[in-house]
Amino acid sequence: MAAEKQLRPSWITIRPRGLNFSYKLDRRVPLVALGIIAFTLVVLVVSINYGQYNMSVGDVVQTLLGLNRDHPDYRNFTLVVHTFRLPRIVLAFLVGMALAVSGTIMQGITRNALADPYLLGVSSGAGLAAVALIVWLKDVPAYVLPWAAFAGALITAVAIYALAWKGEGSSPIRLILVGIALEAVLASVTTIMLLFGQINDVQQAYVWLTGSVYGRNWEHVYAIGGWLLVFLPAAILMARQLNTLGLGDATAKGLGLRIEWQRGLLLIISVALAAAAVAVAGTIGFVGLVAPHVTRRLVGPSHEGLVPISALFGGALLVLADLIGRWVIAPSELPIGIVTAMIGAPYFMYLLYRSRNR
Amino acid sequence: MTAQTQTVTPSSRILGSRSLLLPGLFVCLLLLIGCLLWSITLGAADIDSTVVYESLFHYDTTNFDHLIIQTVRLPRVLSGMIVGASLAVSGAIMQGLTRNPLADSGILGINSGAAFAVVLAVFLLGTPSLSTYAVFGFIGAAVAAVIVYTLGSMGRGGATPLKLTLAGVILSAFLSSFTTAILIGDQETLDKIRFWTAGSLAGREMPLLLQTAPYMIAGIVGALLISRQLTTISLGEDIAKGLGQSTGWVKGIAALLVVLLSGGAVALAGPIGFVGLVIPHVVRFIVGVDYRWILPYSAVLGAILITVADVGARVVIRPQELPVGVMMAFVGAPFFIWLARWKVKR
Amino acid sequence: MSELNAHDITLAYENATIIQKMRLTIPTGKITALVGPNGCGKSTLLRGISRLLKPRAGSVVLDSDDIWRLPTKALAKRLGILPQGPVAPEGLTVHELVAQGRYPHQSWFQQWSPEDERITREALEITHIAEFADRAVDTLSGGQRQRAWIAMTLAQDSDLILLDEPTTFLDLAYQIEVLDLLQDLNLERGKTIVMVLHDLNQACRYADRVVAMRGGQIMAQGAPDQVVTEKMVHEVFEIGCRVIADPVTGKPLVVPESRRRHATPTTDVVRQNGHRPNTNHVEKVADAAR
Repeated sequence: MAAEKQLRPSWITIRPRGLNFSYKLDRRVPLVALGIIAFTLVVLVVSINYGQYNMSVGDVVQTLLGLNRDHPDYRNFTLVVHTFRLPRIVLAFLVGMALAVSGTIMQGITRNALADPYLLGVSSGAGLAAVALIVWLKDVPAYVLPWAAFAGALITAVAIYALAWKGEGSSPIRLILVGIALEAVLASVTTIMLLFGQINDVQQAYVWLTGSVYGRNWEHVYAIGGWLLVFLPAAILMARQLNTLGLGDATAKGLGLRIEWQRGLLLIISVALAAAAVAVAGTIGFVGLVAPHVTRRLVGPSHEGLVPISALFGGALLVLADLIGRWVIAPSELPIGIVTAMIGAPYFMYLLYRSRNR
Repeated sequence: MTAQTQTVTPSSRILGSRSLLLPGLFVCLLLLIGCLLWSITLGAADIDSTVVYESLFHYDTTNFDHLIIQTVRLPRVLSGMIVGASLAVSGAIMQGLTRNPLADSGILGINSGAAFAVVLAVFLLGTPSLSTYAVFGFIGAAVAAVIVYTLGSMGRGGATPLKLTLAGVILSAFLSSFTTAILIGDQETLDKIRFWTAGSLAGREMPLLLQTAPYMIAGIVGALLISRQLTTISLGEDIAKGLGQSTGWVKGIAALLVVLLSGGAVALAGPIGFVGLVIPHVVRFIVGVDYRWILPYSAVLGAILITVADVGARVVIRPQELPVGVMMAFVGAPFFIWLARWKVKR
Repeated sequence: MSELNAHDITLAYENATIIQKMRLTIPTGKITALVGPNGCGKSTLLRGISRLLKPRAGSVVLDSDDIWRLPTKALAKRLGILPQGPVAPEGLTVHELVAQGRYPHQSWFQQWSPEDERITREALEITHIAEFADRAVDTLSGGQRQRAWIAMTLAQDSDLILLDEPTTFLDLAYQIEVLDLLQDLNLERGKTIVMVLHDLNQACRYADRVVAMRGGQIMAQGAPDQVVTEKMVHEVFEIGCRVIADPVTGKPLVVPESRRRHATPTTDVVRQNGHRPNTNHVEKVADAAR
C-alpha cells in the first residue's frame, strides 16, 4: 500500500465556462457563508420584529416579501418595516461589511493582526471633516457626507504617508509615529469643537463619534451602498495581491508585484471603505479589528475567502449589535459603537486569556 | 491601535559625551525656571516680571497682583510643572517596562479608568468639584492599572510587553464605551465634565495641589531610585534575569510608581495625553538609553512642555482659554514629526 | 537561455555606497555561489541583480533586456528570487504558499488556471513536500519549510533562481537536504541558480562557480578548484587555512587555522587521497611554514 496520497487542494476553483475568469476560494467558504447569511436573516427578522409597534414574525416576513398587501394593517406594516426599522438594519450590515473589509486589508498590508481601519488617521480625518460639515452647513444631503469624510480621511492618510516618506520609502515605524502625532492634532481640533459647542450639538457629536445608526434612512443606505458596489469587488479581486504582500516585500517583489503601487491601491480601497462607513454611521470601533480575526479562524489566512467572509461577518456582527443596542436599555437605546466595544473587548480579553501561556 | 514594534533606538544621541549630561540637565532646569516665571506673568491681565519677583519673595497681601499670583497663578504653574514631570516620568517607565515605544497612560488604560470613575461619580453623586474629581480620578486610575497589570500577567512568563499593551488597549476601549454611554444618556453630566476630560489646569489652587503633589513627588523620587534597574529591564526580561535581577519585584514596584505618577497627574489635571508619549522619545534622542539620565531629563522636559503649552492655552483665544490637553498636541506634534523624520532611519 | 549580466552597477543604500561599478556575468545552466565575509556586499549584490534594489548607476541585463525596463511580471516569469528568512502568515498551508508562486502568470480576472494547478502540483512533487501540502507552513521543520519556499519559487517557473542564504538557521542535515535539492533542480531541470552562501565549503561542493567578495569588490571568481586557494581565503576572509581535497567529492575543502593552535604542517591527507588540485599550493605554504 505505497499508493501516493491523492493531492487534494484545500480550495475550490470557480471557473465559469466561456468566461475568461477564474478564482479560487478556501473549501470552507461556501458553508461558512451560508451559515452567516442564515444567521443574519434570523437576526434581521427578530430585529425588525422588535420594537414598540407589535407585529407577528409572520407579518414581518410577509411584509418583507410583499405577500400581505391585502392585510388591513399593511400600510402600518410597511411604514414600520420599510421606513423605520429596515433602513438602519441594512445600513448596519453595509457599514459592518465596509469596516470589516477595510480592517482585513489594513491587517494584510501591515502584516499586523492588530491593525484596524483607523490606523492611518481615517477616523480622525473623516470624523473632523464630517463634524465640521454638520456643524457649519446644516442639512447636508446624506450622499455628500461620504465624499467629505473620504476627502478628510484621504488627506489625512496622504499627509501621514507623505510626512513619513523619506528617501527610499516609508518605514512602518515612521508611519506609526507620524500617525500618532497627526491624529493627536486632529483629535484636539475636534475636542475644541466639543468644548465650545452648544451642549446639544456636543451630545450629538459624542453619539456620532461613538458610532450610531439611529434615525438613518434609505438615503444613507444608498450613499454607502454605492461605495461598496465599487470597492468591495475591487477588494475581492485584489485578494491575490494581499496574499502576496503577506509573504514580505522582497518575496512579493520577486513574484513580480509592483508593491508600492499595489499597496497604494489597496490603501485607497481600505481608506475609502472606512471613510464611507464613518461618514454614515460615525466611528464604530472593534468591527474592523474583530471581524478579520474571527474570520481567519473560520476560513484560514488566504484573502480570496477572507475578504468576502469577513465582510459578511462584519455585517452580521453589526446587525446583531444594533439589535442588542435597541434591546438592552429599552425604551432608550445604546449607540451601536458602544455595543461593539462591549462585545469586542471581552472577545479580545478571551483571546488574551487563551494565549496566556504563549 | 497599537502595533508591537521594536523600541526606536536612536542611532546616536545628541549629547554624545557623558560629561555633557549633567551640565545639560542644569541648562534644562534653568530653562524650566524661566518658563515658569514667564508663565506667571501672563494671564487675563499681564503682570510685570518685577512684580512677579516681589510677590514671590516680598509677598504683600494687600497688593491685588500679588494676591492673584500667590493664589491663582503660582498654584496653576506649579501644578503644570508637577503634572508634566509625572506624566513624562511615568511614560518613560511604561515604555521601558513594556518595551513598547507607544506606551503611555492613554494606551495602558489609566486615563480611561480615571475618566470613567470621575464620570460615574458625577453621574451618581452629582457633586462636581475639582477635589471630587481628584479622589475618583486617582481611584479609577489605580483600579485600571491594577486590572491591566493583572490581566497582562496571566499565564506563563508573567507580565510580557505584548500582553500588557493588549490588556491596556482592551480595557481602555471597554471603559471608554461605558463613559460615553453615560455621557450620551446624561446631558447634565456631560456639560459638567467636558472641560475636565480634555485635561486642564484651569482653577487649580493650592489645597488641591497640596493634596495630590505628595503622591507624584513620591513617585518621581521612587523612579529615580530604581532607575538603574529600569535600564536593565528595558533591555529585555531574559537579559535582566541573566544579570541577576529579580524582575518580578522591579516590575511590581515600577507598576506601583506608574499608578502614583499617572494617578496623581490625572487627579490634578484630568487626562492629558502626548506628554508621556513624546517626552521620553525626545529624551532618548538626547541622552541615549540610560534611565539614570532619561528619568531626570524626562521630568524637567515634561514640566517645560506642559508649562509652555499652558501658556499657549491661555493666550491663544484670550480672554477664553483652551484646555492644556488640547494645546499639548499642537505644541508637541510638529516637533515629534520632525524628530521622527530626522532620527528614525529605517 | 537566461544569461544575467551586471554592467558596471553601483549599489547603495540611503547614504552608504556598498558596491561601485561592478561587472558580473552569471552563466546559464550553472550554480553560482556568492561568498565572502559579513558585510562584504554579497547580499546587496544579489538584491541588485534581482531588482530588489535599484542600482544608482549601470544596468542589469537578462539576455538582452534591461531588467528595470521589463514589466515586473514578465521579469518574474524569467527570474525568481527567494529572500533571506522569509516568513509565511500564520496558518497558511504549504499548498497555498506554493500556489502563490503562480502570481506572475495570473491576471486580475484569470486567477487560477489549470496550468497553475499543474505546475503547483509539480513543484510540490519535485521538492518532495506533497505529503505536507495541507500542513500549515509554520508547523513544519526548518528543512521542510525551506523546501516549501523553494517550491514556491519553483512554481514561478523561471529559468533563473536567486536565493539569499538559503541554508542559514538550518541544522546541518537540513542544509544538505536543501542544497541537494537545488543541485537536482540544476542538473535535472536545467535551472540556473545563484545563491549567497555563508559556508565556503558548501559553496565549493555545490557550486560550479564561486564569486568571492570583500569590501564590495569581487576578489576572485571561477570554478572552486581554481579559485578557492589558501591565498584567496586569506585575502577574502583574513584567516589562515589549509585547503585540502574533500574526501567525499574531491572538491576543495577549507580547514581554517585557529589563533591558538597552528596545525603542524602536513600534506598527508591530500596525498593519500591521490587527488591534488591544490597540492602545489599546500606544499608551498607548508614549505613556507618550515
